[in-house]
Amino acid sequence: MKAALHSVAAMCAALCAALLATGCERERRDFEPPQGQAIAPGTRNTAQQPGEPTPAPAAQAADMPATPYTVGDNAFAVSQGKRLYRWYNCSACHAPGGGGDWGPALSDDKWIYGSAPNNIFLSIVQGRPNGMPSFGGHIPEDQVWQLVAYVRSLSGQLRKDVAPGRSDALQASEPEVSREREHPQPYLPRDGAQNPAR
Amino acid sequence: MRRRPPPLFTRGTRCVRPLLLAAACGALLALGLGAEAAPPQDVLSPAGPQAAHIRDLWHITLAVCTVVFAGVLAAVLVVLWRSPRADSASAAELDPVSARERRAGRRVGTAVAASVLLLLFLIVASVLTDRALAQLSLKDAVRIEITANQWWWEARYDDDDPSRTFTTANELHIPAGRPVLFTLKSNDVIHSLWVPNLHGKKDLIPGRTATLQLQADKPGVYRGQCAEFCGFQHAFMAFLVVAHPPAEYEAWAAAQRRTAVASDDPQAVRGRALFLGGTCVMCHTVLGTTASAHRGPDLTHLASRQTLAAGSLANTPQDLERWIRNPQQFKPGVNMPASNLPDEDLKALVAYLRSLS
Repeated sequence: MKAALHSVAAMCAALCAALLATGCERERRDFEPPQGQAIAPGTRNTAQQPGEPTPAPAAQAADMPATPYTVGDNAFAVSQGKRLYRWYNCSACHAPGGGGDWGPALSDDKWIYGSAPNNIFLSIVQGRPNGMPSFGGHIPEDQVWQLVAYVRSLSGQLRKDVAPGRSDALQASEPEVSREREHPQPYLPRDGAQNPAR
Repeated sequence: MRRRPPPLFTRGTRCVRPLLLAAACGALLALGLGAEAAPPQDVLSPAGPQAAHIRDLWHITLAVCTVVFAGVLAAVLVVLWRSPRADSASAAELDPVSARERRAGRRVGTAVAASVLLLLFLIVASVLTDRALAQLSLKDAVRIEITANQWWWEARYDDDDPSRTFTTANELHIPAGRPVLFTLKSNDVIHSLWVPNLHGKKDLIPGRTATLQLQADKPGVYRGQCAEFCGFQHAFMAFLVVAHPPAEYEAWAAAQRRTAVASDDPQAVRGRALFLGGTCVMCHTVLGTTASAHRGPDLTHLASRQTLAAGSLANTPQDLERWIRNPQQFKPGVNMPASNLPDEDLKALVAYLRSLS
């Protein structure tokens, strides 16, 4: 009896320690600047571009991320991504909460340009036809990765303990933390349909 | 000429910071709170009627509490001195309601009544102070809407004529002798506005609007500070309140209403292109350009301010350059990202920002 109690207590202690250990990682915050190089400005493909026109770069090779996607399991990075989503006005076209408006929805399973972190990174940095501005040169690489992680949380691709449950502003849509996981699939909009959200 | 004060804080690299901090604390203690260094932040030397009311209440409370404390100490000493000392031979005193105890009961009753009266007195003084604070006339008041952000302050000067409103950050200028009405908001978490020389604290709560009215009687520079823990850099969320003579204030406001003047200096022209084509434009405003975002401080008249980064650094070209290169070195966790611009680009950017006067 006593031995059983001891083993239960030991298991509880081990479980708590494991939980604490994962908890530490998920909130880890890195304030050192990233070592990645600056992203070259992308082609200006819409009048909605922030700032003033810049000459188009010679090659787009510099657009490939210099650092890998590592922030998808870090709650702080994802919540920063949520902030940037509002600050950088992603929410104007994709709607707060990613339901889609002028731009495609980000919370469903339809992905025109790919759902992998690298695909999303390139969509943000290079821009995409029919209205998605290129943010290359305007958003530092580490912030683009934070946005990528948040965009993935919109369709439930992140772990429940990482996806944000808090919002700086009022939020009408379901909190990201309680979203069902969608299973992304390639999607081609029908001819003439410029906006898969409608 | 405006006096450029020493930085409110100077901060070293990460590893030596605790040592610096300890040394600074020691130095402050040794100097009896180094009087000449920073602008005043002192509840006990009010610069306006509101802070004077609060100071008066403090003095009343201090006096009452001192009297009570001294009375209690005296009573304890008297009791210790007069307490009967029994030796092993004396008989036990078994009568519970002796005359002496009845007398003691009366004394305790008197003391309780006195305490109640003194507490009531303090409550009345507090209520009267609140009423006095609310009675500042707002005739001809300057209206400023303050929005707190992690970790800086935005100030929008309202006017009945919308074209005369303007926005600045981390440095409030007010006319001496004229009331000021603050409207307080927050963009993220709860903050608290506190300029001890002018008024008490008032919380800024997201989704709510609070107001605070104050007045500076004489020109001067007063330091303010966030007084509600709001995250990593709460301690470095400071600001300055500069009270001017009325004419000087009007001149300052007129200058702030102007859009940024485009400088002819080739360095500044190049810096302007970098500013508008790079990451800065995503968060900052410079009136007269395409930069119009409000996620970071308005930079239209950056060079006219005394400090950078909400009172963390002096506004000098060197500090501006160091701040842009890596803000995380000075305020870890701050929302401004580091920029890895080449040196010559950084110099051009600094030249442009210094031209925004």
